[in-house]
Amino acid sequence: MVRCFAVAATWLALVSSAFAADPVEIKIGYLRTPEAKTAISLLDVPPEDNGVAGAKLAIADNNTTGRFLRQTFALEEVRLKEADDLAAAVAALAERGVTAVIADLPPDALLKAADAGRDLLFFNAGSIDDRLREEDCRANVIHTAPTRSMLADGLAQYLVWKKWRRWLLVTGSHPKDKLFADAIKRSAARFGGKIVQERIFEDTGGARRTDSGIAQIQRQIPMFTQSAPDYDVLVAADESDVFAPYLPYRTWEARPVAGSSGLIPKSWDPSHDQWGANQLQNRFVAMFSRRMTERDGNAWAAARMIGEAASRAHAKDPKAMLAFFKSGDFSLAAFKGQRLTLRDWNLQLRQPILLADGRVIVSVSPQEGFLHQVSELDTLGLDRPETKCRLK
Amino acid sequence: MTAAMLARLLFGFGLAALSCGQASAYRAYISNEKSNTVSVIDTTKWEVIHTIKVGQRPRGIEFTKDQKYVMVAVGDDDTIQMIDTRTNQVVDTLPSGPDPELFVQDHAGKILYVANENDNTVTIIDIERRARLGEVPVGVEPEGMGMSPDGKILVNTSETTNMAHFIDTGTREIVANVLVDSRPRYAEFKQDGSELWVSAEIGGTVSIIDPVKREVKKKITFEIAGLRREAIQPVGVNITRDGKTGFVALGPANRIAVVDAATHQVTKYLLVGQRVWHMAFTPDEKYLLSTNGVSNDVSVIDVATLRVIKTIQVGELPWGVTISRE
Repeated sequence: MVRCFAVAATWLALVSSAFAADPVEIKIGYLRTPEAKTAISLLDVPPEDNGVAGAKLAIADNNTTGRFLRQTFALEEVRLKEADDLAAAVAALAERGVTAVIADLPPDALLKAADAGRDLLFFNAGSIDDRLREEDCRANVIHTAPTRSMLADGLAQYLVWKKWRRWLLVTGSHPKDKLFADAIKRSAARFGGKIVQERIFEDTGGARRTDSGIAQIQRQIPMFTQSAPDYDVLVAADESDVFAPYLPYRTWEARPVAGSSGLIPKSWDPSHDQWGANQLQNRFVAMFSRRMTERDGNAWAAARMIGEAASRAHAKDPKAMLAFFKSGDFSLAAFKGQRLTLRDWNLQLRQPILLADGRVIVSVSPQEGFLHQVSELDTLGLDRPETKCRLK
Repeated sequence: MTAAMLARLLFGFGLAALSCGQASAYRAYISNEKSNTVSVIDTTKWEVIHTIKVGQRPRGIEFTKDQKYVMVAVGDDDTIQMIDTRTNQVVDTLPSGPDPELFVQDHAGKILYVANENDNTVTIIDIERRARLGEVPVGVEPEGMGMSPDGKILVNTSETTNMAHFIDTGTREIVANVLVDSRPRYAEFKQDGSELWVSAEIGGTVSIIDPVKREVKKKITFEIAGLRREAIQPVGVNITRDGKTGFVALGPANRIAVVDAATHQVTKYLLVGQRVWHMAFTPDEKYLLSTNGVSNDVSVIDVATLRVIKTIQVGELPWGVTISRE
C-alpha cells in the first residue's frame, strides 16, 4: 500500500514535470471480423483476442511514455459480425473521435472500410495480399502486415543461401493458396530457385479433426508425394490449412518441408527472442497469459507507430501522422535487429522476415549477400520500380 | 668505463625506464552473455588469465569503488552477483529486482542504481548492506545508466519510450525527460558535466544533451562507405577524461567511431570485431577495450595512435567490460 502511494506520488511528480503541452487523448479503433476457429494443429487455433492483444500491449507502452508527455491512448474495439454494415461501423468510430484504425479484415472488407473512412488513417494488420499495396493501394492505408511476396522472398533467400534450389511445389486448391504459390514462383525466378514440379492438393472437404484420421494420412501423404522429380525441399502453399501440417515426416522421399508448414516465413513468432524481443514477449505473457502471435505482432507495430507519431511529431490527426511516417524522421524499433521504415510509394512497412520452425527462429531474412541500393529490406517483396501503386 | 659500456648501461637504463613506463598490470573483467562466464584479462600480457563461472546471462559489469568486488548483472537469475577480486569467486548477490541489465554507482560507491528491463523501474540498492532502498518508475525497458559528475543527477534511458530520464538522486524523482532517437542504449557524461551523450541503437545516432537546459543540442550521425544505414547501431559510448575525444561502438557495423568531442564530428572509424557493444578505458587511458559479441573477442585500441593493436578471444558473446584501477 505504502509503495502504491509512493508510486502514485512519483507519477504525479512526473506529470507535473512533463513538457508543458496540453493533454492529448488519441483514440485508436480496432476493426475485426470473426476468424476461423478450426485448425489442423491445436496450436494454430487462434486465441479469442488474437491481434487486438498486441494493440493493447503497444497502447500500454504508449501510455507509459505518454505519462511523460501528457498523452493518453485508448482503444475502441469493434468486433464485426458477417452481416454488419462496415461503413456504418467506420462512421461510428469516426464519430467517437477515433483518428486511426487498426484493421484485421479480409482484403475486400479492408478496401471498403478505407473508402468509407477517407479522413481516417488505417493500419492493415491482417491481410497479406500484394494487391492491397499494388493496384488496389489506398493513400489512407498503411500496412504493418507483410505481403505474400515479402514472405515468399524471405523464405526463398534462405533456401537459396542453403543451396536447396530444387523445390517441389504443392499448392492447395483455394484462391489464396494459389496466390502464395504465385509468390513462390516469382521468388524462384528472382533468386535462382527451380520448381521441379507443381502438384495441386485438392480440398475435398471433410472435418479437420477426426479421432482416427492419422492412420489414413500416414498412407495418403507418401502416395501423394511419390514419383516426383529429384528435389531438395518441398514447398507447400496451403494458406487454407488443408494439408501442409501433414507433410513433414510423411513425404515419400526424406526431404524437409517449408512454406505453409515446416520452415514458415512470418513477420513475428512466439519463439522470437533476439534483439531484445525477449522483453516484449515477457511483457506480453505477463499481460495476456499466452504467447504473442504473428497477428498480435502486426497490430503491436501499428499501435506503436501511432505512439511514435504522437511522441515525436505530436501528430494525432491522420494527415500529420502520415507525413511523419513518410518523412526520414520515422523509424520503428520492433525487436527485429534493424529499424523498420515505410515504403513511401505504397505505405508498406519494411521489415525483416523471420523463418520459424514452430520451436525456434531458424534464420532471419534478408540473407547475407542479397544487396540493394536503398535498403536490403527492399530485396523482400515488390520493389519501387515494379510497383503498380498510384497513391491517391 | 668505455663508451661502449656506457652505451650499454644507458641502453639498459632506457629499457628499464621503458618497462617502468609500460602500463601497469590492470585486470579487465569481461561478461560473456552466452557462456555464463566472466573472462579476466591481464593487460600487460593481453591474455585471459581466469574464467569465472557466473549466473545466467551476465551483461552489465563493474568494479566496486573499493576494488574488492566485481558486480555482474545476471539477468536470467534476476540478481547481481559479486565476484571477490582476490579469489575470483562469486561470493555474494545483490537484491537487484527482476532482469537487471546495466547499473551505475554513486561516486562514493555506496549506492547502486539498477535498470530493470522487465518492469519499467530503476532499483536503488545499498551496496554494503546488500539491501534495496527503493525504486523509481521510468519508461518502457530501462537500459542505459549514467551518473552526473557532481552525483546529483542519474540518467536512465528507456528503450521503447525512447527517452533519457533525469532522476534527482536526492529526492529519487524524475525531474526531466528528454526524447532521443529509437532504442537509447547508453548514457555518458563528459567529466566536466558540460554534455551528456546518449546513443540510439535503432535511430543510429548519438544525441548530445545539454545537462542544464536538458535538451538535445546536437546529434552525431555516422556514415561508413559501403555500409547500409540500418547496420550502423550505436551502443557503447566512452569519453576521455579531458573531454576531447569520444568513442562510440557501432554494433553490427563492426567499427568504433572516434569523435572529436568539441566539434562532434567523426574523425575516424576503427575496424574491430563483430557486433561491438561496450568499451572501457584502462585507468591511464592508454588503451580502450571493446567487447565484440559475434566474433567472441575483445579488441585493444591504442588510444594515442588510434590503432587496434590486439584481439583477444574470450567466452561466447562478450557483452560488458570493466577494468581495475591498479
